[in-house]
Amino acid sequence: MLRGRAFKFGDSISTDHIIPGRYAHLRSNLPELAKHVLEDADPSFVSKVKKGDFIVAGSNFGLGSSREHAPLVIKMAGVSAILARSVARIFFRNAINLGLPVLICDTDHIDDGDELEVDLAEGTVKDLTNGRELTFGRIPEVMLRILDEGGLISYIQKHGDFKL
Amino acid sequence: MKGKSMGKTLAEKILSAGTGNDARAGDMVIARVDLVFIQDTTGPLTIKQFQASGLKRLANPQRTVVFIDHAAPSPTSTLSNDHLFLRQFAQETGAILSELGSGVCHQLVAESLARPGDIVVGSDSHTVTAGGLGAFATGMGSSDVAVAMGLGKTWFRVPESIRVVVSGDFPKGVGAKDLILHLIGRIGVDGATYKALEFSGAAVAAMSMSQRFTIANMVVEAGAKVGLFPADETTRKYLVAQGRGDDYEPLSPDGDAVYEQTIEINVAELEPTVARPHRMDNTALARELKGTKIQQVFIGTCTNGRLEDLAVAAGILKGKKCHPATRLIIAPASRQVLLEAIKAGYLQTLVEAGATILPAGCGPCLGLHQGVLGDGEACLSTANRNFKGRMGNPEAFVYLASPATAAATAISGEITDPREVL
Repeated sequence: MLRGRAFKFGDSISTDHIIPGRYAHLRSNLPELAKHVLEDADPSFVSKVKKGDFIVAGSNFGLGSSREHAPLVIKMAGVSAILARSVARIFFRNAINLGLPVLICDTDHIDDGDELEVDLAEGTVKDLTNGRELTFGRIPEVMLRILDEGGLISYIQKHGDFKL
Repeated sequence: MKGKSMGKTLAEKILSAGTGNDARAGDMVIARVDLVFIQDTTGPLTIKQFQASGLKRLANPQRTVVFIDHAAPSPTSTLSNDHLFLRQFAQETGAILSELGSGVCHQLVAESLARPGDIVVGSDSHTVTAGGLGAFATGMGSSDVAVAMGLGKTWFRVPESIRVVVSGDFPKGVGAKDLILHLIGRIGVDGATYKALEFSGAAVAAMSMSQRFTIANMVVEAGAKVGLFPADETTRKYLVAQGRGDDYEPLSPDGDAVYEQTIEINVAELEPTVARPHRMDNTALARELKGTKIQQVFIGTCTNGRLEDLAVAAGILKGKKCHPATRLIIAPASRQVLLEAIKAGYLQTLVEAGATILPAGCGPCLGLHQGVLGDGEACLSTANRNFKGRMGNPEAFVYLASPATAAATAISGEITDPREVL
């Protein structure tokens, strides 16, 4: 069971919003890079987010570049899962590969700052602030197996090959 | 209706060959990877993931490529250290190293490496460019690419395909960039998410390879996994001219392949098109944006940094001067393009018009260096992305357009329909 606050974002938050190209010189210094997470979408996010919190977004979250640094700095910020109406393809794979759950659900009725409780096994999100409960779509089986191992690299460390 | 007797899309054909099984839209498959590459902004993390994975060796060093193109030459010591790390990795593993000045990874993959029917994985979203010659080429993140380097395979969900049937002749001043911007504007930045865009029709058959690469390059801007063109006589001639005629293999979808939908575009009806800030589907016609002042024009990138693009720009700028309030920056997509542009006299023409020529590479596209915008400035670029902050400053504005529109805009200092100067 995951519990935390919702940080609400709109539609089409790109990988350039999440971690702009102008910080590419920090990509081998991840703690410094992570200080700029989502800077161009909400400059105050990094100072407010706490371990366990959620990103709650509209459609097509994470569109753009293949940079795995995008979900990586989100994970480093302590975010326990991303909830979105839809998510871009490469970002989806990258997040799961890092062991960061991405849950597809109707996020319209979740407000910024709401307390959420997510049950990954049951597939439910409870908004403790407004009392609503929603369900999220199933993560594809292959990706669940990778997520269950904590990500692709730990999956390969354990299995040495795809056993999907 | 799904059955083994049904025809296949290009994506299904290539992934069936790559798995040795009947791969159909929606199937999860593990496929052979024929070419895998990294570049200098995503490569260091890929190498770290590779080292952490416990995979000791590259599955195929001669088909694993390390490109130094995004921050090349390096603007900071930290990026120089990343380059050292990449060079060391290439030396230790036997991977091919493509040094700075060679060009943008996607252009070099197209010129020298990808073959029709190949499965290509790169740690860069514009890996889709090689779909222009019939390769199933797609971008992935560092973990996926690291595992593909070590295992020589990866998993895919076989995409459903959207068929884009293109007819008609391009009017003067209108080209491939206008077509792909029009398509993205029509279906939106998530209009093809998880899907393959498959191009066909009489106008596709008539297109040069350069035009096909421009279109394939930007399919990811509609969310697509891959953008596929048939491999035909034009593809064969291109590969022969590149000294690798043996790499040619004809490739076309089956007549009874199943598509999720069909989109028809008659290019004769298109006009010069521009994507406005800060999204690629925020399109308008160039003539509707007349009066929009532009401080920097950038011609280059994996989208439009090829010889044909420089030829179009030189044709418009010959004997003309850039507007005094507008800087023109040009980065050829590869050393081959640079050399051919020198030989053809295009660079002389462009420099005489006032252009600044950058080394072959990504240039200012991703906001790292070589043309970062100031607060409130607007750039009209032939690149593929215009997100807020893309060119290094969230207070700046990026418009995307064709090389023809870019050249016309450089002369007038405001967004200009190139038909006005042709």
